[in-house]
Amino acid sequence: MKQIKTLVKKTLKKSACKGGCGECQTSCQSACKTSCTVANQKCENEARK
Amino acid sequence: MLHLFSKNGINIVLDVESGSVHIFEPTAYELCRLINEAFDGDNEKLISTPESIFDMQSCPKKIKDDLISLFCFDPDEIEEAFSEIKALYKEELLFTKRDYAINLPDDYPIKALCLHISHDCNLRCKYCFAEGGDFGHGRKNMPFEVAKKAIDFVINRSGNRHNLEIDFFGGEPLINFDVVKKTVAYARSLEKQYNKNFRFTITTNGILLNDEISDYINREMSNVVLSLDGRKSVNDQVRYDVAGNGSYDRIVPKFKKLVSERDGKDYYVRGTFTPLNLDFSSDVEHIHSLGFDQISVEPVVLDSNDPLAIKEEHLDRIFKEYDSLTDKMEAHRNNGDGFNFFHFMIDLEQGPCVIKRVKGCGCGTEYVAITPDGDIFPCHRFAGMDDFKLGNVLESFETKKELVDYFKKSTVLNKPVCEKCWAKYYCSGGCAANNFNCHGDILKPHEISCEMERKRIECAVYLKALEALDD
Repeated sequence: MKQIKTLVKKTLKKSACKGGCGECQTSCQSACKTSCTVANQKCENEARK
Repeated sequence: MLHLFSKNGINIVLDVESGSVHIFEPTAYELCRLINEAFDGDNEKLISTPESIFDMQSCPKKIKDDLISLFCFDPDEIEEAFSEIKALYKEELLFTKRDYAINLPDDYPIKALCLHISHDCNLRCKYCFAEGGDFGHGRKNMPFEVAKKAIDFVINRSGNRHNLEIDFFGGEPLINFDVVKKTVAYARSLEKQYNKNFRFTITTNGILLNDEISDYINREMSNVVLSLDGRKSVNDQVRYDVAGNGSYDRIVPKFKKLVSERDGKDYYVRGTFTPLNLDFSSDVEHIHSLGFDQISVEPVVLDSNDPLAIKEEHLDRIFKEYDSLTDKMEAHRNNGDGFNFFHFMIDLEQGPCVIKRVKGCGCGTEYVAITPDGDIFPCHRFAGMDDFKLGNVLESFETKKELVDYFKKSTVLNKPVCEKCWAKYYCSGGCAANNFNCHGDILKPHEISCEMERKRIECAVYLKALEALDD
């Protein structure tokens, strides 16, 4: 494509199938403790990789 | 739902439901914006559906005419942009609707504890949400017996979860360091028997750090959060001891030493900004100039009546500061001395699954806080609020079902305001405690936090877009 560069394709739908294992870090245990930011958390589900 | 924004001449389009992210040239960007407005019903002359527009062979005449008269775009370029947008729509990468179920579990194993190892503190920070460290319930340390029960509790309630997290929190946890060490040893002694992997973290103001404690933290803690607000004048005007003496000079050399010996393990130098330092990007830069490259500086959390609370009138200034920080980070990256800023970190490809994105921090379900008396609360922010007491580890490992059920509802899917927000899969509906403290309801987002979160996500995605363009 000449006018559009896609950085990331559809990630969420795929993640619904194999997600939800709960092995990832709780967001408040990283640095924050005062807000709820999840998009910066690492996925630790081997089945998704 | 789309979110379109431009920064420094880069046009970014997020397709919310698919999670896809695109960079658009100006013609395609303005065309996409007009089509999006049409779907939103903002453009009265063209109320349509994606199907009706993208079944067309060429760009709808009204939109094309508007683009030519408003921007003098070339008609052929408009058609080219239309066909590219149409192709992305057909690939389900633009204007997508969620067509799959997000299945949340009925029951959540508890996998993370915030262990309030001490409700005492050697600082009296002006903005402390823990009311000087004691959470309004008197100064006390957690006895080892309580900590031990807390470890038994999380093992008992964690089901088949392998990774368990224990954060030593306070007050100031180093005041009760002996119990920290005993608790770590006790938990480690049970790992093999129960097939668990404990990850320990600690949040400290650094006053009591010494070589022995520093070595211990670097050996045992997978992450350490070191509290420093930035420049000495900024830090010391809000972070001081009982006698009113600032903490900066006492903690910075200790933090430097600890981090220099961390051997690649996670850490954050973590500060708070208030209306007293709305130029907080200078504090981030100052922390970086001290040699730290994992930095978090976050908005203060206080009752809206507090003179140090962030208010709506501060937001424009804060947005400009986040923009300024973004530009400074980019300049540092180009100079080869980049750093991470926690709230701008984002993993667009392999970040959390959509299930985690809708349920967020797991407060009250997967994550709970334990006080020195053994009381269980949904998280550290609810500690001391008697209506939210879930139980007590000394009495039972059960937690109050009706309260747990209340927190289970705290997902983006149950928050009508969030359902319409483009940032819902990045922030997960905000902090339940902030929501409750502001609206008396964990399902109603705290608007000022939402505004700041949306701005931070834009900055984070922009930085990712720059990296992609460099590649």
